[in-house]
Amino acid sequence: MLLHGKAARLIAQAVFLVLFLPLFALPFLVIVVASFATDWNGALPSGLTVQHYREALGGDAAHALTVSLLTAVAASLVALLVGAWAALAAHRLRRAGRGVMDTLFTLPVAVPSVVVGLSLLVAFSKPPLLLNGTPGIVITAHAVLVTAFAYQSVSAALARLDPACEQIAASLGASPARVLWRIRIPLLLPSLTGAAGLGFALSMGELSATMMLYPPSWTPLPVSIFGATDRGSLFTGAALAVVLMATTLLVLLAVSRVRNRASYR
Amino acid sequence: MASATAGAVPTGRQLSVPRWAWTLPPLAALGLAFLYPLALVVWQSVSPDSGGHDLSAYGQVLGSTVFREALLNTVVIAASATAGCLVLGFTLALVIAFVPFPGGRALSRVVDVFLAFPSFLITLALLFLYGTTGIVNGLWTQATGAANGPLDFLQTPWGVVLAEITYFTPFVMRPLLAAFERLDTAQIEAASSLGARAPRVVGRVILPEALPALAAGGSLVLVMCLNEFGIVLFTGAKGVTTLPMLVYGKAILDGDYPGACVVAVVSVVVSVALHTLYRAVVSRTLPASGGTRAAAR
Repeated sequence: MLLHGKAARLIAQAVFLVLFLPLFALPFLVIVVASFATDWNGALPSGLTVQHYREALGGDAAHALTVSLLTAVAASLVALLVGAWAALAAHRLRRAGRGVMDTLFTLPVAVPSVVVGLSLLVAFSKPPLLLNGTPGIVITAHAVLVTAFAYQSVSAALARLDPACEQIAASLGASPARVLWRIRIPLLLPSLTGAAGLGFALSMGELSATMMLYPPSWTPLPVSIFGATDRGSLFTGAALAVVLMATTLLVLLAVSRVRNRASYR
Repeated sequence: MASATAGAVPTGRQLSVPRWAWTLPPLAALGLAFLYPLALVVWQSVSPDSGGHDLSAYGQVLGSTVFREALLNTVVIAASATAGCLVLGFTLALVIAFVPFPGGRALSRVVDVFLAFPSFLITLALLFLYGTTGIVNGLWTQATGAANGPLDFLQTPWGVVLAEITYFTPFVMRPLLAAFERLDTAQIEAASSLGARAPRVVGRVILPEALPALAAGGSLVLVMCLNEFGIVLFTGAKGVTTLPMLVYGKAILDGDYPGACVVAVVSVVVSVALHTLYRAVVSRTLPASGGTRAAAR
């Protein structure tokens, strides 16, 4: 215990709440309340309405939600496959090889997302690989950005894995493929589902690379939120943002349920 | 030794593919979707539209005032936001770890959930709170009858700094809380029983222990602030141009790809250098944590 006086402790806690609540709790609360408000430039919103949601979910924005969901599912699955495969392969290498793999697969985190978008635009705007203008370029960009996180989380889990299980399996005559399928992957399941959930959430909210290369026919939700606020319709933007946050939370919740069941087994 | 030979026998017999070959499929995917496009950006930056290959685009872009202003803006915003995150994150983590109160830990876990949300939502919320027609200014005009509220900073670099501090502080808090958990509380008890007051204990005992975590969190936040795009885009300020905004503006709004590629190369170099530093700091702190765990056994 750092502070022994009761008064000093109360002061420290008060300082904490004064800093913490306005900074972290208020922003998201404000967005949720604003999405139901007719107008808001006093202490409390002027009136309650669901009009913004009707606007948000009619037509274009409903399409944007579908686009975001499809992109996030596709990108996180691709990233999980590539990232987990790379982590598993790197785990069996010697120290130097593992270092090279670590550097290469964490590089997308260090490169600005805007530049990832620009580079895909430069590379895939002409044949033979013409992705520009298709949903594929958005999914590729998201997958590149998310793969690094999948790689990091799976290789961290691999480092914590007890090698005894697979050594026992191998000494009992199980083939490497069987060890991978029956021992390693089940033991890694919690971290794999965690990586998938994280990738999904990141992809749902990705704006930087997306702004560089989204085709008009494939507009994800963050882009339509920007479109709404840029037009000055802040309240519609807030309603769209609540839809984005709620969808992300629901999927994360579902993933964590799968994860709990996996770790229970 | 025994386990190594036991593992080697079935591997040698059944697995004809060498171990490194398994890295090829993911490396090919990464190469095609990330490394090759990145190399093309570098190539494009030395290939002006007029044909041939030279560094003329670098001269033009690096010499322009737009670029120099953007670079200065980026560095000032990122440095201020990082400093703010470090101070705020240290204070908050200190209270959560050493002046515990019911619900404090739960609150810090709620913050982790926020990290799953995109950064630009913070700017959206700040527009409602402190925007020119926002809540605080509305209260002020209602109370005083003035035509305009006192707050008009969201369109300035300070609006960006405030949003970045809000969003990135948890990235400093997480390694700090982990470091505080490993801290031996006997040291704190000993220092305070010898008469050291709280500020002295923080300065002499806690801060030295927290320095590696602060360095790791700080350099990560610095990289993320340098590369932040959503927050700056949502403030919609014409006066606040950062390097990522300049890349977007040049490529999408002006269609000047060689110029955009030059700015991109510069920001990649800065960012990768800092990120390498961050990874060096983290790998240096890892053995220390292992040692503490061994000592705590």
